Amino acid sequence: MAIEIRIPTILRSYTDGAKSVEGSGDTLADVIADLDSRHGGLQERLVDDSGLRRFVNVYLNDEDVRFLGGLSAPVRDGDTITVLPAVAGGGL
Amino acid sequence: MRYDSLLDSLGRTPLVGLPRLSPAPTARLWAKLEDRNPTGSVKDRAAFFMVSEAEKDGRLKPGSTLLEPTSGNTGISLAMVAKLRGYRLICVMPENTSAERRQLLEMYGAQIIYSPAAGGSNEAVRVARRLAEENPAWVMLYQYGNEANSLAHYETTGPELLEDLPSITHFVAGLGTTGTLMGTGRYLRERVPGVQIVAAEPRYGELVYGLRNIDEGFVPELYDESVLTSRFSVSSGDALRRTRELLDLEGLFAGISSGAALHAALALAGKAAAAGQRADVAVMIADGGWRYLSTGAYAGTLEEAEARLEGQLWA
Repeated sequence: MAIEIRIPTILRSYTDGAKSVEGSGDTLADVIADLDSRHGGLQERLVDDSGLRRFVNVYLNDEDVRFLGGLSAPVRDGDTITVLPAVAGGGL
Repeated sequence: MRYDSLLDSLGRTPLVGLPRLSPAPTARLWAKLEDRNPTGSVKDRAAFFMVSEAEKDGRLKPGSTLLEPTSGNTGISLAMVAKLRGYRLICVMPENTSAERRQLLEMYGAQIIYSPAAGGSNEAVRVARRLAEENPAWVMLYQYGNEANSLAHYETTGPELLEDLPSITHFVAGLGTTGTLMGTGRYLRERVPGVQIVAAEPRYGELVYGLRNIDEGFVPELYDESVLTSRFSVSSGDALRRTRELLDLEGLFAGISSGAALHAALALAGKAAAAGQRADVAVMIADGGWRYLSTGAYAGTLEEAEARLEGQLWA
């Protein structure tokens, strides 16, 4: 088993149009680095010097990784990572 | 209970137990019924506070025109307050919001300017900002960055919850402007050691995330990550399923974002029950189901309802 990463429309130019790709690693940072080795440029769209980019949200099994340790959040085989752009949400 | 006027009846909403959904007698869920506010949603609190503060600081004068980006509930609340206080209201609303909201806004006398469905509320914010620049006399209260929005919850929702549920361990609400979570969260954190403040964020279909560039993303100015303990992304399918469970098991006819909040609340209460810990989880019911009937969310099977909801803003 691997880790499934769901890619938002806006970043699918890096994954040849694929909605989801597979990756591996022990932390979120590892998984992103692993993805970047096959989908060059993706890492830079997600991460800057301070960590996850401001308008990028990453969810590990539906929970925001910023509350799970950010880039050092531990991940396991079978986990699902969802990447979404930050948008004005609901209840408005 | 008697009030001098509709606006005076704002807040003091009931907190009702959800005994059938609660996972254990020691891990209980409580629903804060915000649909019992004057126009039927939690947004009445923010609208009233934002208008009152703007009147106090002189930004609003008799006859002023208000401008606000909104997917509906805030618009309806503002339209009611504006009508009673003598202001004109222009709402910038994504075109993929429900028909009920549009009709209500028009009944209240608000003018609606539509923004494209693609990009959702981001696009509404962008259009409203442009209009505000072009029309400097208009007053944009701007719910995403107006401190009076979170103040409303610091001064009303938070104290109400603590009074009704002194044993509160978790507060769960939908994440939009973030005003509810920021205000209530700060109030509770100052008074309840270890209380968890949890956001349930709607996860929409792809259309809503149709940005041209990821740097066009949007984080409300009110948002302060340090107030939250966790944040969950809830799919339309999970939100719909929980919305129906609320009705099936507890008789509560709630809007879809309440289903999203319940989904997160059930996970937390279940975790506490499994660990043998006591939990009193308060869940915000932001509005009733009435405003979403035309979306088809309450008709047919879950799968059918989920398909119909694709591309619509349900919170």
